[in-house]
Amino acid sequence: MTEIVVERPSGTSAAARRMRFAQRFFVAVVGNYVFRRVLFFLFVVWLASTVIFIIPRLSGQDPVKEKLLLEAQRGGHLQSGFEDMARTYQKRFGLDRPIWIQYRNFILDLAQFDLGPSIAFFPRTVNDILMDSLVWTIGLLGTVTILSFVIGTLSGALLGWPRAPGYFKYLFGPLLTLSAIPFYLLALLLVFLFAFRFSIFPLFGGYGIGKVPDFSLDFALQVLRHAILPAMSIILASIGFWALGMRGMMVTMQGSDFMVQAEAKGLKAGRIFLRYALRNALLPQTTALALSLGTVLTGAVLVEVVFRYPGLGNTLYQAIRLSDFFIIRGFVFAVIVSLALATLIVDITYPLLDPRVKYRKG
Amino acid sequence: MTSLTAATAARSSASSEHSLVVEDLRVHYDTPEGVIKAVDGVSLALKPGERLALVGESGSGKSTLAMALMRLTKAPGRIVAGHIYLGGKDITLLEEPEMRQLRLNEIALVPQGAMNSLNPVMRVKHQIIDGILDHVADRKQTPDSHELEERVNRLLARVGLSPEVGRMFPHELSGGMKQRVAMAIAISLSPRVIVADEPTSALDVVVQRQIMQTLGRLQQGLDAAVILIGHDMGLVAQFANRVGVMYAGKLVELGPVQQIFTEPLHPYTKLLIESLPNLEEKKKFIGIPGLPPTLLRLPSGCVFHPRCPSFIKGTCETVAPHYQEVRPERETSCHLYAGVRA
Ligand SMILES: Nc1ncnc2c1ncn2[C@@H]1O[C@H](COP(=O)(O)OP(=O)(O)OP(=O)(O)O)[C@@H](O)[C@H]1O
Ligand SMILES: [Mg+2]
Repeated sequence: MTEIVVERPSGTSAAARRMRFAQRFFVAVVGNYVFRRVLFFLFVVWLASTVIFIIPRLSGQDPVKEKLLLEAQRGGHLQSGFEDMARTYQKRFGLDRPIWIQYRNFILDLAQFDLGPSIAFFPRTVNDILMDSLVWTIGLLGTVTILSFVIGTLSGALLGWPRAPGYFKYLFGPLLTLSAIPFYLLALLLVFLFAFRFSIFPLFGGYGIGKVPDFSLDFALQVLRHAILPAMSIILASIGFWALGMRGMMVTMQGSDFMVQAEAKGLKAGRIFLRYALRNALLPQTTALALSLGTVLTGAVLVEVVFRYPGLGNTLYQAIRLSDFFIIRGFVFAVIVSLALATLIVDITYPLLDPRVKYRKG
Repeated sequence: MTSLTAATAARSSASSEHSLVVEDLRVHYDTPEGVIKAVDGVSLALKPGERLALVGESGSGKSTLAMALMRLTKAPGRIVAGHIYLGGKDITLLEEPEMRQLRLNEIALVPQGAMNSLNPVMRVKHQIIDGILDHVADRKQTPDSHELEERVNRLLARVGLSPEVGRMFPHELSGGMKQRVAMAIAISLSPRVIVADEPTSALDVVVQRQIMQTLGRLQQGLDAAVILIGHDMGLVAQFANRVGVMYAGKLVELGPVQQIFTEPLHPYTKLLIESLPNLEEKKKFIGIPGLPPTLLRLPSGCVFHPRCPSFIKGTCETVAPHYQEVRPERETSCHLYAGVRA
């Protein structure tokens, strides 16, 4: 029986292959995909900014007048120069110019990440205020999101793995229950138990009252102590989400042909778990992770409010109460940018995780 | 109700002479509707270098048998009785870690749908290498990466693939190439037995033929015993030395391929062969009357009796026939040959 069927992909020499690869890499990644994704990202941000610009103007309300009226009410009487004052402020904020100039300035400012002055805390700028609280939110929520992703995904993977130790299945019920409880309720419960009933952890805040933030160990420990309850409430509530998703994917993986083949190859259980089951089940999870990192800014407004945590959520809450239109607008803008950025990161990194997804055109 | 021939073979000369001996194997699925006897008392024996084809309608238990041979039967399936001797060792008694060592080393599987049997996120060469690595007996003897690369290239060459394929991902390969990769993996540790479950079912006719030729060549090189599972009698006839016919979880006939085709014994085998399309005579296509039974409620007596043209009233619907050697090298379970003994 003679037979020579050599099936080989076209092209042979190593040099030619390397050339072709470099060429393809350039055309595919730089020329097409990533570039297009970035353009699309900018487009989304611009579109959203325009909407932010238009919507408040459709409401027909004047934020400056609103603010002044509010102050006047508080003071008990309308000052005589009210209209003048309003006009002065409007001039100051550039609200007296033609709308298209306002729009142009608005977009130009945004392009330089200038979100304008705050109304409630004038003359502090919105940038300044948001940045202060952004650090806290990203520090707490970024860490917490990644932690709960890692813990949840791993426990989900073990839950969906028939050869995992038997006691893992007892995790399932509690996780399911926890994932059904909204995290702010969990937050209230934790505050009641561990801060109010048994004063193990502080009731609220990001650090001790009367402390000034600095880079000392003492301060770092305080921050950690203050972060534990809010972190726990979010971790406990979201582990279930990750675990259930991962468990489902793992169960689906069990039925697939390549898992059967992995066993038929006599591979060690650890390798089958990590390189075959987990690796494949992880693909949809990572997309979900990137998207949930994109929503970190809005993710836990309620938790921050419950714990009076000095983060973005709390700032937004204050801004709404003081009807500081510019802070709210800045917040919305930050949310849009972070969401679009997360999508951009998913789009660009996914083909690296899953070789079946190519850097396609468009 | 142990088969005499295979059982005797197992006891007397099996360990030295046979690569694989299956003795009265029973695999059941416990479902809410009842017990499905997917493999119901199968016995067979294979010598080194032998090629046995198993044919039978869909649902007759071929894949269930194949998975049991790998000892990969999954719940709700269960090996409820019988023995599988692999090189004289009864693998039904082995602990899982020991069995894991035997897979790929002693018995390898060429899967049914090679389309999806490779890990989509791993390069081909790593999927060949990991099997080799996980069977290194002594850690100190772990081959270095250069040596592994060499081995991968040699294996790829043996199945007719170029080294570049090693660096590719499964989705970049054609169906035929994937099946070749699956074969390269299967032979990577020179197993004693290769189980090929419909290795060509998803491929076009030309590629099917090439794949079967490659499988044949590899088998000769290794002097391995091959169990080929398939629907296609024509393809099977070209490849195998012996043919086993399964019906409703039972082996109803087994014999040399030539004899099975020229003179089938069991009525079911006869119908199978008559239903083959024949180019020269261009006769009308004859199917097999009736439907295969649901394995949940099997007919009494001989499971084939409701569809059997040579049905003996009073016997076939009441008494299950014994599976026995009725002529030299010919085994069948049919009342027509009840009195005849070799
Ligand atoms: N996981 C399972 N649970 C319950 N019944 C099963 C299971 N797997 C297979 N069966 C039943 O066992 C019987 C034999 O199935 P098997 O897959 O072994 O047949 P097969 O001969 O390989 O068929 P095909 O030619 O279609 O591949 C069928 O009746 C099937 O319904
Ligand atoms: Mg099958």
